[in-house]
Amino acid sequence: MSLLLDENSKVVIQGFGSAGQREAIICRDYGTSVVAGVTPGKGGQEIEGFPIRNTVQEAVDEFNANVSLIFVPAPFAADAILEAVGAQIPVIICITENIPVLDMMRVKRVLTTSDSILIGPNCPGVINVGAHARAGIMPVDVYTEGNVGVISRSGTLVYEAVDQLTKVGVGQSGSIGVGGDPIIGTNQAQALALLEDDPNTAAVVLIGEIGGTAEQEAAEFIKTMSKPVVAFIAGATAPPGRRMGHAGAIIAGAAGTAEAKQSALREAGAHVVENPGDIGSTMLNVLKNQGLA
Amino acid sequence: MKLHEYQAKELLAEYGVPVPAGSIATTPEEAAEAAAGIGGAVVVKAQAHTGARGKAGGVKVANSAEEAGTIAQEILGMNLVTNQTGPSGLPVNSVLIEEAIEIDRELYLSVAIDGSAAMPVIIASQEGGMDIEEVAAQRPEAILREYIDPAAGFQGFQARALAFGLGLTGDLNRPATSLIESLAKAFMESDGSIAEINPVVVTKDGRLLAADAKFSIDDSAMFRQKSLDEKRDRTQEAEKELEAQDAGIQNYIKLDGNIGCLVNGAGLAMSTLDAIKMAGGDAANFLDIGTANSPEAVVSALRIIGTDPDVEAVLVNIFGGLARTDIIAQGVIDAKNQGLIPQPTVIRLAGSNVNEGNELLDKSGLELVRADGFAQAAQAAVDAIS
Repeated sequence: MSLLLDENSKVVIQGFGSAGQREAIICRDYGTSVVAGVTPGKGGQEIEGFPIRNTVQEAVDEFNANVSLIFVPAPFAADAILEAVGAQIPVIICITENIPVLDMMRVKRVLTTSDSILIGPNCPGVINVGAHARAGIMPVDVYTEGNVGVISRSGTLVYEAVDQLTKVGVGQSGSIGVGGDPIIGTNQAQALALLEDDPNTAAVVLIGEIGGTAEQEAAEFIKTMSKPVVAFIAGATAPPGRRMGHAGAIIAGAAGTAEAKQSALREAGAHVVENPGDIGSTMLNVLKNQGLA
Repeated sequence: MKLHEYQAKELLAEYGVPVPAGSIATTPEEAAEAAAGIGGAVVVKAQAHTGARGKAGGVKVANSAEEAGTIAQEILGMNLVTNQTGPSGLPVNSVLIEEAIEIDRELYLSVAIDGSAAMPVIIASQEGGMDIEEVAAQRPEAILREYIDPAAGFQGFQARALAFGLGLTGDLNRPATSLIESLAKAFMESDGSIAEINPVVVTKDGRLLAADAKFSIDDSAMFRQKSLDEKRDRTQEAEKELEAQDAGIQNYIKLDGNIGCLVNGAGLAMSTLDAIKMAGGDAANFLDIGTANSPEAVVSALRIIGTDPDVEAVLVNIFGGLARTDIIAQGVIDAKNQGLIPQPTVIRLAGSNVNEGNELLDKSGLELVRADGFAQAAQAAVDAIS
């Protein structure tokens, strides 16, 4: 389960509205076992061939659900994550964006007392290509099976990187979208550790963004990795613009800039790409040089 | 969402933070009246969403009620340009009239979210009134930190540690501890994203006061902060950005260039700006359309881009996931047909329903520059202008 999902993954979808239903069908068509949807008050119904239950616990008891994919609207999303934690779901993936920061801080506090892993929120989810296991919203057509894993804060940049890799003939083991919010369940360093341990992954694309210090923490982990990493930082040319006062800047200091992140990653031995269009071709070269392609 | 200084002080005062005597005025008459009510010398402070107001002429001392009226006359209606506002500045529609205080010491106090720790952190320093970033960079030992546990809450011992660390001992210790606890409570209960009191002042007559205050609220939490939402001052926000928000587009930022961008996803949108820059151009805006689930949403976004006088070419860069490229394509076609984007338009579609999306574009018969990869798309947009 280094890539969080495998052939034995049984996905329950929390928030079975239009987006939840549409993605449930795409997951099922891809070959993923989606065992139930959870919508309180609709338990016992069947929608698009999926059994609906009132609680996550029922989906666990009845269908052995071991992955939760959350589409619940932002005001109620923290509650949904905590419900999955309470039902001891090992892998919880939250797609919802705009969850209040205070709610996520409380969720993080509860997660420290739990064995559950949270991916997201505000993320595209996770896919294991070889296992045909998809718990997310990514377009499946752009993926081809191979040995490169992709980690990204941004959803659309996962698709972009995967598309570039596929177009230069480099397949993927899978991707983990860690999420674009300031407070997320699993950071880039932790996601790198998962791929370092994954036997089907030989190299990693890491896509970061300006702001915060997560890329520097990832760089520290890269120093310990055996697998090559190609990295890109989005927002290098973004104007400083919306400064959020001084207090926020003290925490990260100058660490939030693209230059600081790029140089930390370079020093850690990552292959840093400056033009976002060069991610695929750079990875191809790295793999060739290492005799992996 | 940002609050004005006077609103931040009202909020903090509700929680027990001591603030100088003062009231808000929107006319010179009101200002003179407020100054007479306070008595003695007062400070007239421009209310605008920016720091460094003093240097820009937005903060002045008046020695009489009459002078307060005269100064208010000068400041009201000003367009305040500071190093934080950009060249267009911000309008001043109200002034805060406050008792002039005699300062003994100035301290720094703020609360912010530390994303890595996933907790709010209270930051304090004896070096108030200074550029705190510079203090943090040059003398990190002069900065004190205490985290607010989101489950257990902020504890009394932490407030005491900060108060003693700020040198607030003796008679000042209890009021200081109380002020810090009040700030923490206001932050947590208001879904704060940044709260800053710079400076906290010890007056010559031995009082502790929040002499200035900034407070921002988490935009994602506005649904449960209705009373704060009512304090929002739209005159402090860029016109184009308000237009975008009214059209339901939350993620629009006006920029200085001439290529209008419509992109899905914040990361791809930022990278599109990077790619435009690398191709030798400059973007006119950042726009993340998110999961546009109707062509109408796309048309609204393109109307905002197309009517921006700075825009000379439009770049649509979509990698569909939850967003469907066929819906986006239909929106672009509708906007073109309605004449909303007369500028040369480059479009790159990939991801969900891309075949359906491209087929719609093929059949439309419209003159659109099509690009495969997004670096090529950025280049094509730059070329369309030159």
